[in-house]
Amino acid sequence: MAKVTLNINNKDYPMEADPQMPLLWAIRDLAGLKGTKYGCGVAQCGACVVHLDGEAVRSCVTKVSRAAGKKVVTIEGLSETNSHPVQKAWQEIDVPQCGYCHSGQIMSAAVLLREKPNPTDQDIDDAMAGNICRCGTYLRIRKAIHTAAEMQKKTAAKS
Amino acid sequence: MKQDPETRRGSFLSIKTAVVLSIFLIAAGASAFRNDNVPPEEVKISMIDRDSIESVKAFETVYKTLMSPRCMNCHPAGDVPLLGDDSHLHTMGPKRGVDGKGVYAMKCSNCHQETNTPGLHTPPGNPDWHLPPAAMKMVFEGKSAHELAEQLVDKKKNGNKDIKKLIEHADDGLVLAGWNPGEGRTLPPVTHAEFKKAWITWLKTGAYAPKK
Repeated sequence: MAKVTLNINNKDYPMEADPQMPLLWAIRDLAGLKGTKYGCGVAQCGACVVHLDGEAVRSCVTKVSRAAGKKVVTIEGLSETNSHPVQKAWQEIDVPQCGYCHSGQIMSAAVLLREKPNPTDQDIDDAMAGNICRCGTYLRIRKAIHTAAEMQKKTAAKS
Repeated sequence: MKQDPETRRGSFLSIKTAVVLSIFLIAAGASAFRNDNVPPEEVKISMIDRDSIESVKAFETVYKTLMSPRCMNCHPAGDVPLLGDDSHLHTMGPKRGVDGKGVYAMKCSNCHQETNTPGLHTPPGNPDWHLPPAAMKMVFEGKSAHELAEQLVDKKKNGNKDIKKLIEHADDGLVLAGWNPGEGRTLPPVTHAEFKKAWITWLKTGAYAPKK
């Protein structure tokens, strides 16, 4: 065990943790942020995706030591008022069915839209193929990402 | 790369080669007693001793190593890496991207950590995990021994690497990672030392390509 401070959603969380421990456990059990889900534990499903210095890492295989000194953003910190275009689009299209995978889906989609503001269907496939949904909401995910891109464009045009 | 054995040079050149080689060996021997890091081996043109038979023979070991899953899986013919001892397409279909490090939410280092993840068939790790970049794909998959040998020393296709850089590349971190593949994966057919010896022999004897 070691003393480590993780910056999660712009807040410092001092904690005692094994540096080899998965970041997911630190987020859920030590910081108490339960929005990020455990799916497979071996980076195969995408339910645990969080942002680490802006990249969509899988927190189930990312060690605490890798996150130290970096900025972690979880679904709770994507926006202060659930107003990120992806979150708004997810609500508008009513994307989730059971919802378990969707914090990971949204975190991956947010990286896609940051790097490719107007993604094609192929871009969406390329970015989202690692996020598995057992309920099969893929068509709604795709539609919501296009909707979020439109929202983002309108917001940018106004400002 | 030449396909035909070069005519043997005169005795003057042989003596010159021996002298240069002797100086190098003395320098290398002296450096072995130093405590600091030994600089990369210096390769001079005069150290190339062309021998098409030995070169082609050494490339047999090089080829069977590079075509093993641990090497070939990250040198695919397409833009999706390969997985497993049967070299099937990587699940999730991650794409190469311009820099070889993936795209959007599907970048290599999102799953591949700095070290191997514990557990059977979990993502292997390396701090610099990537495919060859789009501008220099260095495809192994599907290449014959002749094609691969020619490609490896073609500066237009190998990232402008000369013989010295190619020799150094044998100790590249990702090359070495092939011999530390994580649980559940077979190793390349020879040790890294055996591969490196064959690699250097192939290059120093003229980097001859096997016949088509």
